[in-house]
Amino acid sequence: MTEHTETILDASAVERTLRRMAGEIVEANGGTDNLVIVGIQRRGVQLADRIVALINASDGVAVPRGALDITLYRDDLQTIGPRPVVGSTELPGSIDGCNVVIVDDVLFTGRTIRAALDELADFGRPARIELAVLIDRGGRELPIQPDIVGKKVAARAGDRVDVQVHEIDGQSAVVLVSKRFE
Amino acid sequence: MTAAAPLGKDLLGLEPLSGEQISLILDTAEPFKEISERAIKKVPTLRGSTVVNLFFENSTRTRISFEFAEKRLSADTVNVSSSGSSVSKGETLVDTARNLEAMRIDMVVIRHGSSGAAKFLAGRIESNVINAGDGMHEHPTQGLLDLLTLRDHFKRIEGLRVCICGDVLHSRVARSNIWGLRKLGAEVAVCGPRSLMPNAIDEMGVTVFSRIEEAIEWADALNILRLQLERMTAGYIPSLREYNRVFGVTRERLERAPRDVLILHPGPMNRGVEIDSDVADGPHSVILPQVTNGVAVRMAVLYLLSGGRPELAESAKAGKGGA
Repeated sequence: MTEHTETILDASAVERTLRRMAGEIVEANGGTDNLVIVGIQRRGVQLADRIVALINASDGVAVPRGALDITLYRDDLQTIGPRPVVGSTELPGSIDGCNVVIVDDVLFTGRTIRAALDELADFGRPARIELAVLIDRGGRELPIQPDIVGKKVAARAGDRVDVQVHEIDGQSAVVLVSKRFE
Repeated sequence: MTAAAPLGKDLLGLEPLSGEQISLILDTAEPFKEISERAIKKVPTLRGSTVVNLFFENSTRTRISFEFAEKRLSADTVNVSSSGSSVSKGETLVDTARNLEAMRIDMVVIRHGSSGAAKFLAGRIESNVINAGDGMHEHPTQGLLDLLTLRDHFKRIEGLRVCICGDVLHSRVARSNIWGLRKLGAEVAVCGPRSLMPNAIDEMGVTVFSRIEEAIEWADALNILRLQLERMTAGYIPSLREYNRVFGVTRERLERAPRDVLILHPGPMNRGVEIDSDVADGPHSVILPQVTNGVAVRMAVLYLLSGGRPELAESAKAGKGGA
């Protein structure tokens, strides 16, 4: 069995995709008033930063950006055990009445987003919450769907979709890693 | 050390831990600080877990700190103290714990007057055991919160010069600090009357100062231990006034130091004995930040010891519920 690697989006394709997503976020919210972009640790945060920068470039508005680490809201602590590195959670002030857009790299089972919704509820009551993901790979285990999608990928159960961001991985790309029997 | 149990089953002391494990606890404590600053100071992490705080010795700070840590992680907590429980009827430690375990608990936090009590218990029950101070042995979460407070201030532990002052002989805080600091690469010294120094203290790899002035000149930080007042009647020191005159950390003494010396104290303080009020309330005191950090460190320990039960994963896979 060998690992087969396929680049789904290269750096410029990621940039184009994020630009379209940034535009859709502004359009869906009728502008940038009350908008808060919240990235999920890790990699969702860097994507959120890119989206905030793209909105700033196109609309000239600095949208507040938050970061959410959902580790403490996971539903698998009792079975899998603690994940050693817990990241930081920081929201830019109150989210009461705001339009919150959650940004994550890959949407798979939906459990991360379930945890993120629980965590956001502990910080306040947004007017509404939307979900923007760079990759939707299918395979949902919960009734959760994205509002804004960068790209849909038909990945099989054992496959891995790796989103790479400059700040962590040194390059920007989306890679599908699948196991093949030769 | 596996991914599922990064610290093993129990936290009994800092001596058995590696430097990496201690650093992991400190790193994990960082995000837990923020939870106590939220309007809703609670995360659901330990929902459904039951923690018993078994305190055979008096304690305010440590017990309440553990209780806050447990509650902010959504665990259910029960407090048992020796007075008013079957312990005062002569029940043994193991019987008490086994009876609690029969009611399906997940963790025990134990404070006991006998050195080794936590380890003794850990080997006899299935629940995770956290040592909250055992006799003159260790008080690991106090050591950890001292390390976290030092790291907050200096941004590093390695190479720091820390002097532990006072009654080292009877102090579990001193032992946990010495182990933790040395494993993270700090230089450690102790200072106090010869009568309150353990024999062969230098074998723990620490420098011994017999004059507080020398310690202050050398150190980046002083961790000033509480002089347990009952030691005076036991003949270890001539009088409290004498102790303060010779070993008390005073503003005058600190003003002669070549650098600002950070002041730590595990509490409760005897103002005017081992530490003067000017120093305790002064600009270089981090005594209250220590208390704040105590909750975060205990949350980190509870989190890192919890969960990771493969048998639950198996039953979940087999479709019998679970997560």
